Amino acid sequence: MQGLLPYVTRRLLWAPVLLFVVSLVTFALGRYGPGDPIAVLQAQRLDPEVAESIRHERGLDQPFVEQYLTYISNFLRGDLGESFSIYRGIPVQDIIFPRMWVSFQYSFLVLIITYAIGIPIGIFTALKQGTWLDPFVIGGFLFIASIPVLVVIPILQWLFALQLGWLPSGGWQINEIAGIEFGIFDKRIMLPVIALTLPGLGGVARLMRISTLEVLGEDFVRTARAKGLHEITVASRHVARNSLLPLVTIMGYELAGLMGGAIFTETLLGIPGVGQLAFQAITSNDYDIVMALVLLGASAFIVAMLVVDIAYTFVDPRVRYRPGELL
Amino acid sequence: MAQAELLESAPEGRLASLGHHPLVQTLRRLSRRKVAMISLLVIVVIYLMGITAPWTAPYGFRETDLDNTFAGPTLEHPFGTDRLGRDMLSRVMWAAQTTVIISVLAIGSGTILLGVGLGLLSGYRGGWVDAVIMRVVDLISSMPSLLILILVTSTIRPRWEDMWRDFEQWSSIGGIRESGATDYMLVFGILALLGWGSMARFIRAQVLTLRQSEFVLAAQTQGASTWRIIWVHLLPNVSHLIVLVVTASLGAVAGTEIALAFLGIGVRLPHPSFGTMIFEYSGLRQFQAHPNVFFIPAAFVSALLVSFNLLGDALNDVLSPRRRNMSR
Repeated sequence: MQGLLPYVTRRLLWAPVLLFVVSLVTFALGRYGPGDPIAVLQAQRLDPEVAESIRHERGLDQPFVEQYLTYISNFLRGDLGESFSIYRGIPVQDIIFPRMWVSFQYSFLVLIITYAIGIPIGIFTALKQGTWLDPFVIGGFLFIASIPVLVVIPILQWLFALQLGWLPSGGWQINEIAGIEFGIFDKRIMLPVIALTLPGLGGVARLMRISTLEVLGEDFVRTARAKGLHEITVASRHVARNSLLPLVTIMGYELAGLMGGAIFTETLLGIPGVGQLAFQAITSNDYDIVMALVLLGASAFIVAMLVVDIAYTFVDPRVRYRPGELL
Repeated sequence: MAQAELLESAPEGRLASLGHHPLVQTLRRLSRRKVAMISLLVIVVIYLMGITAPWTAPYGFRETDLDNTFAGPTLEHPFGTDRLGRDMLSRVMWAAQTTVIISVLAIGSGTILLGVGLGLLSGYRGGWVDAVIMRVVDLISSMPSLLILILVTSTIRPRWEDMWRDFEQWSSIGGIRESGATDYMLVFGILALLGWGSMARFIRAQVLTLRQSEFVLAAQTQGASTWRIIWVHLLPNVSHLIVLVVTASLGAVAGTEIALAFLGIGVRLPHPSFGTMIFEYSGLRQFQAHPNVFFIPAAFVSALLVSFNLLGDALNDVLSPRRRNMSR
């Protein structure tokens, strides 16, 4: 593990800098954007005196740097600010976390199903390389994956809800602040899960296929076959284990995105998750919510990148970071 | 065959003739694949429909015929009409134009200029130049891109519109905003700024290995300038990889543009784009009543994205020597 420690240290030192810049950019966009939070707050009855007092009360009359510093120090103490327009006066953390739970439930299921189906398909097609099955299966999944979610969802709704009547087409209570416990066995979770699993399958299967093909060319696979091991043993013990490595990376990033929710799916199906909230907040100039979402999203991603990179060097000793190469 | 194999694996950098150019070889191998060629054909047809829309579209995108709404396919309107009696075929063509303009501009300026340029520079120069460029890439890729895209579009757009309104008044040139050009600039500008990171990283990684090769050393000993080495020696050797990334990103940008239009922050009505056309009729009720108005734009967009992905996949296969050799 030589050279790993300085590498990790540098990455750890770099992460806060990244977060600082991301937060500064978002903050500036929010504060200098067109929607003056006070105007949003007061709606039609704009009264200059009241506006001034609210401005003062919320510290909006202070210089930008000071506002930013106040925001960040509050953020670090767990106070993410207050909703300006959608849920006036309610603390942002009380709005965001229940919704994250909603998005997490279906995203987690999607992640598991995608990998559970995608990985075997990838290995299968790699083993069938050179036959018609390989391009046919991969092409088919790629085909499905390329159709935009925006097209898939109305079709699914029509098919499952209207024609077959198996699943409810929505049934979420919109604008619910307290999180919804719907569990894995609730019928409502099926539509978003199907809609989000379909496009993911192709990617996972293709990646698994490529990485399996690479492992199949290795000497130890030839040795295993030469020993007379059964093809199934070779595939499961020798090949699958090694070819799973690259998927660790992708999975790490996807774990980071679990709370993020899917903006389109949630908006179309009316699911009260983070994605829907993000869109509402941006269109109604609720900047404290936007800020919190962007910052939390970026933090999750930065931490995930760090963890994945470090985990990778431990899992695969062939990957070593030489000083000065990657950072 | 053995000789061809040898020629193909000739050291990069010695580009004796055009036939040995990595890009030409890639395209030659690609042309043997049926799926790739069909995909390319679909892309070309849809792009041509978009490019030639101003001359070949039978109707303007605003021409309504209120006596003839939701008409089925007829000779006059091969794809029928929508709720305002607008010709669907023409609207699809104008929407294709939107997609073409935005994806070509975003990819041209962002992925190609910024991504390739900075990636080459970063990989070849190394040192602080590399460090700065790669840190910026880190920064861009760690932002939740869709959120930032929505945020930037919604905060900047009103000012952007004001700026152009002032400009129109000041210069007395009318119709700039009317034509939708300002919308295009904003959307593709943001897509370009956010989208060049992965290309830069990819090119840089290639250049890091190329930098060690003898032909670069030879050029350096002859006193070639940095720009000459990048332009003459490095660029041709990564050109086939650029094609790969561009194919993937063209599809991605087309998809993002649809997504933005759907969220109401992309190109604005009435200028048609696939996203707005799909969204207008994606509600369950409209979808049930008039499936063709939904399916026609949806089919065109899906065909475009599927083709880009299949073409990209074929390119990927062709470019990866390890997998290619195994299949022989």
